[in-house]
Amino acid sequence: MAAANAGEYILHHLTNLTFGKHPEAGWTFADSRFMTEGQNQYQATGQMAAEMGFMAIHVDTMLWSIGLGALFCFIFAKAAKFATAGVPGTLQNLVELVCEFVDTNIKDTFSGKSTLIGPLSLTIFVWVLLMNTMDLVPVDLLPRIFELFGVHYMKVVPTTDVNATLGMALGVFCLIIFYSIRQKGLGGFVGELTLQPFGKWMIPFNLLLEGVGLLAKPISLSLRLFGNLYAGELIFILIALMPFWIQFALSVPWAIFHILVIVLQAFIFMMLTIVYLAMAHEHH
Amino acid sequence: MNLNLTLLGQLISFAIFVWFCMKFVWPPVMAALSERQERIAQGLADADKAAKELDVAQARIEEQVREAKEEASRILEQARKQAAQTVEDAQGKARAEGEKLIEQAKADIEQEVNAAREALRAQVSTLAVAGASKILGTAVDAKAHGDLIDQLAKEL
Repeated sequence: MAAANAGEYILHHLTNLTFGKHPEAGWTFADSRFMTEGQNQYQATGQMAAEMGFMAIHVDTMLWSIGLGALFCFIFAKAAKFATAGVPGTLQNLVELVCEFVDTNIKDTFSGKSTLIGPLSLTIFVWVLLMNTMDLVPVDLLPRIFELFGVHYMKVVPTTDVNATLGMALGVFCLIIFYSIRQKGLGGFVGELTLQPFGKWMIPFNLLLEGVGLLAKPISLSLRLFGNLYAGELIFILIALMPFWIQFALSVPWAIFHILVIVLQAFIFMMLTIVYLAMAHEHH
Repeated sequence: MNLNLTLLGQLISFAIFVWFCMKFVWPPVMAALSERQERIAQGLADADKAAKELDVAQARIEEQVREAKEEASRILEQARKQAAQTVEDAQGKARAEGEKLIEQAKADIEQEVNAAREALRAQVSTLAVAGASKILGTAVDAKAHGDLIDQLAKEL
């Protein structure tokens, strides 16, 4: 299923391996079986995935994100299990470095007391970092390997899937609402949404303003991460379309620059989560 | 770009990873970190305390050395004084002894002289009687002129 031209190549790389319930074909992987005239196979696959609607799952995104999350849990739990207050080993040093970095950021921003925010921030930072790092794997390497096993679509960077980033952002959003209600009570939370900034005579307008502000949090959180990584991935794909003798000269600088983006976006996601939860904890 | 079940899948796995991290990763690592922090703080405090104690001990040592030196010099001084005293005493005693001996010798000599004088005196009376008898040609009655002779002997 090699791509014939640049458009198809790009489309191929941007198509998820989708498993879902198709109105006609039932539960199956999306493929080009319903290809019509004037469509290429990737467009047909995309259309079939789109027809599945909400009842579909991106197998590659789930596979890589869960795999990387499990890797994170495995490494960190292993280090935590043998964590001593004595002289730390190499792995413990690394894990402690990350944990302390996260903890410092929390202490600078979050004034309340919570047993959740530490592990939450750590999970976000490391997990997003790992998922972003998949962007540095050569764009064709893993899809080619999977192609050998008959898997024709493989998007290996979970954070270039808006479902992944929005899923995490929704988790954060739930926590924002949970903490707001726990700290201020349901009435306090509703009051915060409706009684400011303009007082009780402007309730609908206030609700509109504050509601947009509240909803903007998960949306901006997820779309920022998604957009950055999607763009980065796209540029890697575009570079891969160039003649092989020039790819090196472009992809190396971009990869080096992208290391910054990868860490920065993971950090921003974590930092904004902390900030949002700190805001939810505060009384106005 | 389709929104689908992946969203929920991601949300659930996110929750599970956070839960796992909260249960098995964060608490032990943080506990180890804070415990180490405490240990280091304790170690530093101990080091400070030890340094202070060392200072105190050093001061005490100096004090003791100084005291010991003073004591030693005091003892030395005393010993010297005692020695001088002893010598002086001995000298005094010797002198007194010597003087006593001299005194005694003198007394002895005087006694001897007196004895000799007495003996002489006794002989003088005899000699005087004998001499006078020779001169007078007659015997002088010692008894009759005893008083005269005794007076003469006394004048000698």
